[in-house]
Amino acid sequence: MPTRGKVMGIDRPETLAHALRAAFYLADDGLATAAYLALALGKPLLLEGAPGVGKTEAGKALSGVLGRDLIRLQCYEGIDASAALYEWNYPRQMLAIRQAGDQPIDIYRDEFLIERPMLAALRSPERSVLLIDEVDRSDHEFEAFLLEFLSDFTISIPERGTLRAYERPVVVLTSNRTRELHEALRRRCVYHWIDYPDAEREAKIIMLRASSVAEATARAVVAAVGRLRREPLTKPPGVAEAVDWAEAATLLVQTGAGWPEAFKRSIGTALKDEEDLAHMAPRLDAMIAEIAA
Amino acid sequence: MIGIATMPRAARHFVGFAALLRRNGFLVAPEQTVAFLAAIDLLGPSGITAIRRAAHATLAPAPERRAEFDALFDAHFLGATLAMIAPGGAEDEDVRVREGDRGPSDPLIVEEGHESGQAAAAVERLAVRRFGADPESEILRWFERALPERLPRRRGYRKRASLRGRALDLQRSLREAVRNDGEVMRLRRLRRRLRQRKILLLIDVSGSMKQRTDGHLRFAHALARAAERVEIFTIGTRLTRVTKALRTKNRDQALAAASGLVADWDGGTRLGDALQAFLAVPRFAGYARSGLVLILSDGLERGDHHAMTAAVARLSALAWRISWLTPLAADPRYRPETDALKSILPLIDDLADGGSTERLCTHVLNLSRATPA
Repeated sequence: MPTRGKVMGIDRPETLAHALRAAFYLADDGLATAAYLALALGKPLLLEGAPGVGKTEAGKALSGVLGRDLIRLQCYEGIDASAALYEWNYPRQMLAIRQAGDQPIDIYRDEFLIERPMLAALRSPERSVLLIDEVDRSDHEFEAFLLEFLSDFTISIPERGTLRAYERPVVVLTSNRTRELHEALRRRCVYHWIDYPDAEREAKIIMLRASSVAEATARAVVAAVGRLRREPLTKPPGVAEAVDWAEAATLLVQTGAGWPEAFKRSIGTALKDEEDLAHMAPRLDAMIAEIAA
Repeated sequence: MIGIATMPRAARHFVGFAALLRRNGFLVAPEQTVAFLAAIDLLGPSGITAIRRAAHATLAPAPERRAEFDALFDAHFLGATLAMIAPGGAEDEDVRVREGDRGPSDPLIVEEGHESGQAAAAVERLAVRRFGADPESEILRWFERALPERLPRRRGYRKRASLRGRALDLQRSLREAVRNDGEVMRLRRLRRRLRQRKILLLIDVSGSMKQRTDGHLRFAHALARAAERVEIFTIGTRLTRVTKALRTKNRDQALAAASGLVADWDGGTRLGDALQAFLAVPRFAGYARSGLVLILSDGLERGDHHAMTAAVARLSALAWRISWLTPLAADPRYRPETDALKSILPLIDDLADGGSTERLCTHVLNLSRATPA
């Protein structure tokens, strides 16, 4: 049982939400609670949600709030321990052996060890936040390996013995849910499903992230994006796309375009798939005219 | 270990909630219960919303079951009525799972919480079938020979020695250097091993597939013989695991054993329910994980197709690739017309011709060439 949770002056979810806001991230109460619990209980935080709802941003903002370095591990199919944990610098080891000649030499010293994200986070847990991005892309072997790492935060290097984190590092995992994660992994983490923000909050996010955007523009974009998300698109626009769209439209207006025209010309920042554009094309004009009014 | 009676009075209620969730089909591990209690302790007595958020964060309900979870939460902590939550329970448990090694008298009952396909299987016809002479032996023999080389593979986690690998095999290189008085003559390399992907074969044995089921089972036998890590199920009104029976070397024996296990030949189709039942058993669902899923079915689902769509969506989230092989596609003018097939079309990777054993074999042999994006 951890001592009554107070990590870096954060003693309540509301304090954390406030601090995240200062780091330009608007967290809803659910996310703030989950993140606070993860910090206080010393468990990893698993964020799931559709692409573009700000999962990775949440990790970055958290590292900003805690004043720690963000160590990011991007997962991909085929990722293995040498990309995630550590690797020996073989060429240097070879050279060292040649140079040493008859002298005995320890080729497993730190200088021959290439730190990868997970080892780096383990060795300086008080200075880093480990962001394991898009876990769903990795193979299930890697997931099993991750499970082992996340349960006791140890890494064993055969030549050096077992390394143990002297305090539990802050770990944030994200998943787009393109496939289901192992139940055991979810169990070990504090879990939060990030949904698309409601209209009110999304407008606030847009204005927070892109200061040049006027409130009316932000609201119009939020309305349009909300409608696009209800369409059967292959890639519905996320929050990041909404911010881009609002910013792009504002920029076009500043250079002299009219409102509906500006929205229409900058649609490429919100819809990034040829088929989606084709699907929306017949109704796009009417929709934009309606929201720009 | 303390019993529930010796716990502090306040804690009992929260631990009871975990038990309630388990009774309703949620997976809650003891460590999650501990985290839940710790979370409530941390958040302090600040109202029901805080407790609900703590429950969401630590007990981790899947997003699609969030509503059900919330209803249970309300029932437990706010005393709301349980009328609106009723997965399983009231519904009769229709789709049964059978496994060869359990014996026919001991069917494993699988809970399933979705509407049944209504009129689909008003009469569940149980029939035992005999196999006629086999006209496709040649094709199948050729298939068995060619298959091991051509199955889809994925990179494994371990490495093996190779001439052109990316990683350096320091151990072997050094050992050779020692042999040559410390002179490194040549760097040995390692490469990731390739492993065959798991294969899951689901055979529709309903009445509409009657013409093809013999051929499908023979195909399944060839597949089970030639590939590693294959799992084979028949689906109709029931779900039957026939993997073990089909591993027998002698084809006639294997087919006789398998047909003895299957009790729902030529009955109705309730694909959606059967697939849901399949996915409800975690061990079975694991067979599909990052594997190749072959479904031999015409996809003619009577009644509501939402159960089927939901099941295929889950399957596609698990699998590496789903091939739906239907005999209807033998006609080049064939276009999927039924709502059921249309709704699963975006979820599957290919809808191909399963009209003859030869086409089935060709499709499987060509799978590793055209890997999906």
